[in-house]
Amino acid sequence: MPDAIVLDQVWKFYGDYAALRDYTLSVAPGSCCALLGRNGAGKTTLLRILAGLTPFQRGTVRVLGEKPRSDLARRELGFLGHGIGVYEDLSARENLEFFARVASVRDRKRVVDAWLERVGLMRVATMPVRQFSRGMRQRVALARTFLHTPKLLILDEPFTSLDDRAIAMLSELLTEARGRGATIVLSTHQLREAMAIASHVALIENGRLRYAGERTEEMLNDPGLLYRLHTELGAA
Amino acid sequence: MREKVVLALAVAAAGLLAYNLYQIFMVLPDEAAQGAIYRIIFFHVPAAITGMIGYFVALTLSILYLSSGNLRFDSLAASVVEVSVVFSVVNIVTGSIWARIIWGIWWTWDYRLTSALVCVLIFSAYLMMRRAIEEPTQRARLSAALCIFGCVDVVLVWKSIEWFRTQHPGPVLSIRTGGGRIDPAMEHMIYLNLLAILLLATALVLVRTRQEQTAREIDSLRRLAHAA
Amino acid sequence: MTPDSYTASIPNWVPRERGLASSMRTLRQALSVARKDLAIEFRTKESLNAAGAFAIVILLLFSFAFDPAADATREIGGGLLWLVFAFAGALVFNRGFARELPNECLDALLSSPLSAASLLLGKAMASFVLLLGVELVSMIVFGIFYDMRWWAHPAELAAVFVLATWGIAALGAVFGALTVNLRLRELMLPVIIYPLLIPLLIAAIELTNALFGTQPLTPDQLLWGRVLVVFDIVFTALAFGLAETILVN
Repeated sequence: MPDAIVLDQVWKFYGDYAALRDYTLSVAPGSCCALLGRNGAGKTTLLRILAGLTPFQRGTVRVLGEKPRSDLARRELGFLGHGIGVYEDLSARENLEFFARVASVRDRKRVVDAWLERVGLMRVATMPVRQFSRGMRQRVALARTFLHTPKLLILDEPFTSLDDRAIAMLSELLTEARGRGATIVLSTHQLREAMAIASHVALIENGRLRYAGERTEEMLNDPGLLYRLHTELGAA
Repeated sequence: MREKVVLALAVAAAGLLAYNLYQIFMVLPDEAAQGAIYRIIFFHVPAAITGMIGYFVALTLSILYLSSGNLRFDSLAASVVEVSVVFSVVNIVTGSIWARIIWGIWWTWDYRLTSALVCVLIFSAYLMMRRAIEEPTQRARLSAALCIFGCVDVVLVWKSIEWFRTQHPGPVLSIRTGGGRIDPAMEHMIYLNLLAILLLATALVLVRTRQEQTAREIDSLRRLAHAA
Repeated sequence: MTPDSYTASIPNWVPRERGLASSMRTLRQALSVARKDLAIEFRTKESLNAAGAFAIVILLLFSFAFDPAADATREIGGGLLWLVFAFAGALVFNRGFARELPNECLDALLSSPLSAASLLLGKAMASFVLLLGVELVSMIVFGIFYDMRWWAHPAELAAVFVLATWGIAALGAVFGALTVNLRLRELMLPVIIYPLLIPLLIAAIELTNALFGTQPLTPDQLLWGRVLVVFDIVFTALAFGLAETILVN
């Protein structure tokens, strides 16, 4: 089975400045790859390239065997960025119905109902998102990301902005997604959570890939190990 | 190397311009109907042609940038547009001076005047938009798109305004008329001055491109400093 | 049915189409976007209120600039109206993509199966409907304020309005998208679109003035109709071709 994500000598420039330098990384289908690194290391840029939100200048990127912005790649993609990506002036139901329609989801009404039920928003489904609490919004966003059963999930700092209930829900959704063979790439700087959920880790520093490989038992027991071994900062 | 090319171009342009000025003012006689003021045509027409050539060179460069992603094309396109806008303004100003003397008015809403003005407005918008975007790669993509829209629009403006309002003198160059509208000595002078102005424009473009590239280098160093 | 039963049946979306089916999908997705935008707009009335109020105030102010009863004023009525529509349009377009900025909805849209072309098309459709609404209100106000009987050629006038408004909406969508992440977004948009709209506005003004009279159109004036059609086709096609370049950067 071909890799779900292939990056081959990928460079991303802002003008003459190389934000990502010579990335080569592949993620096997069904695995969960955690991108680690400090703020500004290039995690978000990398995820945006994979999600087809920003172009790159050199190298090859394949997402599920296709170019990042191909129809197929976008159909199979669930993306959750820093923003929740739902409309404040629409109700939870309208938001989900809109994204379901855009994704050509079959049996739209039932899928949306099922998701509203699952994220516990059925009772307030017709209220505009503007009136929701933070936690409720995050749950709409989770439903929005997962409602077309994507094969590839790209999540940028998913645990940072979530409340406890949403974190529990996300972990459950991710486990379930992996259960059906979906691939997950997420960025985080919360090491403990990342180690618990990831099957693979990739460490980025200053736009360079420092380490990529399986998450070992040692890393789980000592989350800081990776940094100490593979970054200039950690070695110092 | 680049400096030498720029210098050579500038010297050639200056020499040719000096020769042309001597010819225009000391050798060529006054025109029968218009008197001395007709001499403005030796700058008016070449400036217009230089401007128009520039816009379509910029269109080509924009398409090249979008297909290759090479930022040199973007720097070059930006410089070409900037220099072209300057020559379009020269064209409009010289035309206005001529019109004040011959027609008695500074401006008329003739189709050529209108399209020349629209050109300047469109490409000034291009230059203004470039200033509003900081990230060089994003700026390059968006300005290339705007340049394509702008050039297509210039053609449409030209075509649509052509149908009405013509006060401007008709074409004089024999490429467009088949000859007979202009004295060959004067036509020869127009071409000679076009060459001088094109040389000057090229030198200016090269200087500006160098500056654009330096600006990009500075930007990348600044980003590097912020990242570290 | 719970989502869990869906996890077993991958994929749950309709399989990929080609050719005609794919253009139908583009259109369907564009309609979803337009519908969503109009739903939000009718709920918040952000740009409708601003554009409508602006149009009416300008029409009122024009009555001071020109003598509303003079025949000369009627002759420039078309010009007056299209200037109002172009300015009101900028208010609509500024909101069009700015609406996608909070919560980073634009990223959610661009990473969804929605193509960049359908997104632009949908935005243009929504602005088109809103702008036509503003135009209708303005025409009624204009008829009352200036005692204009503008319904001599209703079908032709409607055609001119539809064609010209589509052109404005298409360019508005493209440059709304192009300027969405810029500093000074609200200022850059009009600076860019008005010069580009000149051929369209000239044609619309000429035709509208001609149609306000009782005479049938002359062949010369019909040429202006061709300008409108060419403008619409050329810029809609360019917008489709450059949609990815404009939106993904």
